Amino acid sequence: MNLLSVSHLHVNFHMKEQELAALIDVSFTLNRGERIAIVGESGAGKSVLGFSIVNLIGKPGYIKSGSIKLENKEITKMNLRQLQEVRGKRIAMIFQDPMMTLNPVLTIGDQLVETIRSHTKISYKDARNIAIEKLHHVQIASPEKRFDQYPHELSGGMRQRVIIASVLLLNPDIIIADEPTTALDVTIQAEILQLLLAICRDNGVALVLISHDLGVVSKVAERTLVMYAGHVVEEGPTLEIINDPQHPYTQGLLNALPQMTLPGQRLNQIRGSMPSLAERPSGCAFHPRCPYATQKCRQEQPRFIYSGVSSVACFLVEDMLNEFADKDKEAS
Amino acid sequence: MLIFLLRRVMQACFVMIIISLISFAIQDKLGDPVQQMVGMSVSQDERNQIRNELGLNDGFFLQYWRFAKGAIHGDLGTSYYYKEPALDVILEKLPATLELAFCSILLVILVATPCGVLAAIKPKHMLSRLLMIISSIGLSVPIFIVAILMVYIFSIELNMAPSFGRGQTIEIFGLWESGLFTKDGLKHLLLPSLTLAIALMPIFVRLIRAEMMEVLQSEYIRFAWSKGLSARRIYFKHALKNTMLPVITVGGIQAGTLVAYTILTETIFQWPGMGFLFMDAVSRVDTPLVSAYLIVVGGIFVITNTFVDLIYGLVNPTVRLASHGL
Repeated sequence: MNLLSVSHLHVNFHMKEQELAALIDVSFTLNRGERIAIVGESGAGKSVLGFSIVNLIGKPGYIKSGSIKLENKEITKMNLRQLQEVRGKRIAMIFQDPMMTLNPVLTIGDQLVETIRSHTKISYKDARNIAIEKLHHVQIASPEKRFDQYPHELSGGMRQRVIIASVLLLNPDIIIADEPTTALDVTIQAEILQLLLAICRDNGVALVLISHDLGVVSKVAERTLVMYAGHVVEEGPTLEIINDPQHPYTQGLLNALPQMTLPGQRLNQIRGSMPSLAERPSGCAFHPRCPYATQKCRQEQPRFIYSGVSSVACFLVEDMLNEFADKDKEAS
Repeated sequence: MLIFLLRRVMQACFVMIIISLISFAIQDKLGDPVQQMVGMSVSQDERNQIRNELGLNDGFFLQYWRFAKGAIHGDLGTSYYYKEPALDVILEKLPATLELAFCSILLVILVATPCGVLAAIKPKHMLSRLLMIISSIGLSVPIFIVAILMVYIFSIELNMAPSFGRGQTIEIFGLWESGLFTKDGLKHLLLPSLTLAIALMPIFVRLIRAEMMEVLQSEYIRFAWSKGLSARRIYFKHALKNTMLPVITVGGIQAGTLVAYTILTETIFQWPGMGFLFMDAVSRVDTPLVSAYLIVVGGIFVITNTFVDLIYGLVNPTVRLASHGL
């Protein structure tokens, strides 16, 4: 059985005048110890997807339909108390900006100990020992001293380490990391990423890494989901997606990566920008920016099909596959 | 900490000098004290003689200099009416006012905090909407109308509590006359402190609600949810502590409003406190008493705000560090 299976998930934002769809028919699975990445531009719905896994989208967003199963438990049907048992204990989250994530008026120790104590019956002293051990684990020097300090006494990288430690406290099955290195200094990004990767690998924790940085993703994730305007447009093994992207959007993303080998070149961009939720184009949402768009793309929504390399939602790939299939038929 | 207090004392001295200047400057604008002191039959010459004896004919700065010299030694002048040192007259009435203020602050904290929190957590709940409506009514109704309504409802119609005076009091340590320890005293305290509390409550309910709603939107609250903490812990530990930071600051500023309101409340309920005394002193043109009152109130204001800053430092760790660093 899959550790986590999301199927046909629809998430809407309930606005005053209209209903805006933030996620449309999103499905994916996650196995125990597997590391997947969700990539896409800002506004693609990556973070919404991450938060909806633990049903923490925040108003005015809500899960309209679909299912999120943790083993055999349906998360979308849980009440607040059941949710609070799953959050932190089975599925833990790392947020984007470590400067904003820790409560400024509580000590580091308070915030670590309370996490343990709200899930397990354990004395303060034991909880403190676990917390200090985990701080040590994420390579924080003199954890006993840090334990009594407030967040503002720590640097950004240090705080993200504290957050990673807090996520590790209860040995969760899944860690959802929403752009965990974006707000950090470039030199610290690599360290934090290494740490996260090592921790997941060593403890068999499954990771959902939300990122817009394909360079980061290629180092960490085994499988990648590419999202565009609330849809998953391509899904497959990270290596395949990077070496042989099928969807024009994925190709565009990869082209936009700066090349270290060729100096003095302009960066390639995907022309146009991500549509807002209220202005989603008809048919394939990517067609206004797609160099290969046809009349069909403007009218119909492509299905999700397996291309032999990855699963893609694109008529271009579908037509090509059909052509091959026809040739095969003729040949036989 | 020591540096912080020292700086505070210096600031306080400066503030007190300004207050004394202002309160002294309005003295001769209140009317002629001599007219209130003597009878109709006293001739103009005799009146002038009294004015000379009191030093009222001297120049402003000479008078102020005399006043300031005395003030440093704790002598704020002698009340024309009581013929006693003005400071003693006021300090005698201090316990009554402080007890009134203390009880109403307690009421405000105990009632406004849960109301504000409820209105923030469940903004669409019937009770929250009702609270918001009541608080906007409360903001717009003047305090003397509230007081008169209280007297009418609780004192005249329901006969639950007395409408004037302090009731039975007992002496503590021989220097503090308290109404907090007798049943009669507490009964007398009920209406005035309730009135005073009602005057301040709407602002605090609204402030706490607005601050709490903003805090609940923050990333660290979302992170607290993602850690699987209980709702109670998130609301009352994570959110409330952050909510209280601006509330404490505003609370300190509102202390001034409270003093102003005690004058009104004490007058309506015949509460024998400083505010009541002040009104009397104004109508009697007892100018030394008036300026002594203003100075004492200024002092209370400075002390309250120092306390508020200290409490703020206890709640907010970033401020604590700043005071260490200086």
